Amino acid sequence: MHPAFSVIFLTTLIGVGQGFFLALFTEQSYSAVNLLPAQESGFYVTGSLIALAFLVGGLFAAVFHLGKPSYFITRAWRGMTQWRTSWLSRELIAMPLTMGLVFLYMAFHYFGWDADIFGSPDTTGQLTLVLGGITTVTVFGLFICTAMIYASVKFLQEWACVLTVSNYILLGGASGFTLAAAYAAYVAPELVGFYAGWAMIITALGLVSRGASLFRNSRIKYKSTIQTAIGIRHNKVRQEAMGMMGGSFNTREYFHGKTASFLKSIKWIFLVLVFALPLLLLWGGMDGGKGMLVMAFIIQYVGLLFERWFFFAQANHPQNIYYQTV
Amino acid sequence: MTQLALVIDLNVCVGCHACVTSCKQWNTSGSAGPLFDDNPFTRDPTGTFFNRVQTYEIGTFPNTETLHFPKSCLHCEDAPCVPVCPTGASYKRENDGIVLVDYDKCIGCKYCSWSCPYGAREFDEQQKVMKKCTLCVDRIYDESLPESDRKPACVLACPTSARMFGDVHDDQSEVSRAIREDGGYQLMPEWGTKPSNHYLPRRKTRLNIQEDELVRVDNPLKKEDIRHETSKNVSLDDWLM
Repeated sequence: MHPAFSVIFLTTLIGVGQGFFLALFTEQSYSAVNLLPAQESGFYVTGSLIALAFLVGGLFAAVFHLGKPSYFITRAWRGMTQWRTSWLSRELIAMPLTMGLVFLYMAFHYFGWDADIFGSPDTTGQLTLVLGGITTVTVFGLFICTAMIYASVKFLQEWACVLTVSNYILLGGASGFTLAAAYAAYVAPELVGFYAGWAMIITALGLVSRGASLFRNSRIKYKSTIQTAIGIRHNKVRQEAMGMMGGSFNTREYFHGKTASFLKSIKWIFLVLVFALPLLLLWGGMDGGKGMLVMAFIIQYVGLLFERWFFFAQANHPQNIYYQTV
Repeated sequence: MTQLALVIDLNVCVGCHACVTSCKQWNTSGSAGPLFDDNPFTRDPTGTFFNRVQTYEIGTFPNTETLHFPKSCLHCEDAPCVPVCPTGASYKRENDGIVLVDYDKCIGCKYCSWSCPYGAREFDEQQKVMKKCTLCVDRIYDESLPESDRKPACVLACPTSARMFGDVHDDQSEVSRAIREDGGYQLMPEWGTKPSNHYLPRRKTRLNIQEDELVRVDNPLKKEDIRHETSKNVSLDDWLM
């Protein structure tokens, strides 16, 4: 498939935002049961604002995936209507819902709104705990929707796998927790060890999941052949003409247009940038080194851009059988 | 239930592209707006087409055969492109099974084109919406046209009658009979999309004659061979008679 930068930025940016919110809420819920030191509301307000910024950035990138950006205002609202059948429609519902809830989470922390829900007057922040819990559900829902957009296309066999879903959750979570470690280095140094440790664990799990999908995809057996595509039972069929001279949508949308060695080098680049280097930098930044942790996040995010590019480029669409002389 | 579809006879298609040009002409002139063309008369021409004719070579020289293969939307009975559409712009008509795109609802996200294994949908770079074969829905029901003209443009244009149009659910129709009796088949049946368009295979009629059948064992001519050797001595009679 042809990797579209709008979707590369959309999926990576909202992944960071979602993972970062999960890191924030983990802190709040752990501190509620005294597993982690409690934080001032400012920690959550600034944090939610950062998460929201990444989510809005992703939404902004998504606008450029529409035929015309103006469709975002005139037509995109219809995208919420087909949630019964379309994962893309479900994502279009989950995304603003998540963004709205993160905004409410931020607002409730900012204004200090609270209520005694659990019946224990000593526990503070009960309302935000409940709100954060609901937001966590929608964050995971959004992860699943985003991943299922790809995993549900059975024709793209590289994507049609449960590993696509685990990759999106783990890689988004890893980048979010790495950002949280860098954030904590500036505003709450006592949390750096916790965030960096979990960022390393999630990154390592992401490596297992992404490695498994790379292993699977390198051994994939394609269901369609030229014989089933045109229905001619002969072992030797060669395409002479595609029906056009200068290319068409079919020759642009479904091909990455790069060499096999280019594709392979991108794979090694993202394996180093998403997993190897951030793991080293996070380990080095466990004692609160700001530079190390910021570098870890930046490198991992850039690596995720390569990872997502590779994710799209590697997928081979059966329609390409009809366009073999590209 | 009606399912309108095309049946394309690969045995008689000569690859003349008349269906391609007539399709483009009809569908670029309709009320839905033009089908985009970029650089039509210069280098690297490209544009949106609903129908294309491809050419394949089967076998190894000298035992080769050329196959011309017209390819358009197959109007699948279980169309995978329809449920994935987030806006409901892609739909399959209940009354005749035609798969259509509402160009006023499409947001151009191209997700439907990913969900079509045949690559039948093409994005219009000018209108920025997804387009596809409509089976000339604006023509086949047009009562201002004579009834013989109420067929898709590609069907009417085909000089060899390689394209048939009709209801594949009506077992008495011309298309159903062709599928049934002439070995009509579907493309990429492994995906379970149940394409409505069918293709008729290349067919060859061969006489199956054994070598000994060429010589009659009880040839009466041989029994009492009345033929004579011709004389080596040419006479004047041989020239005159």
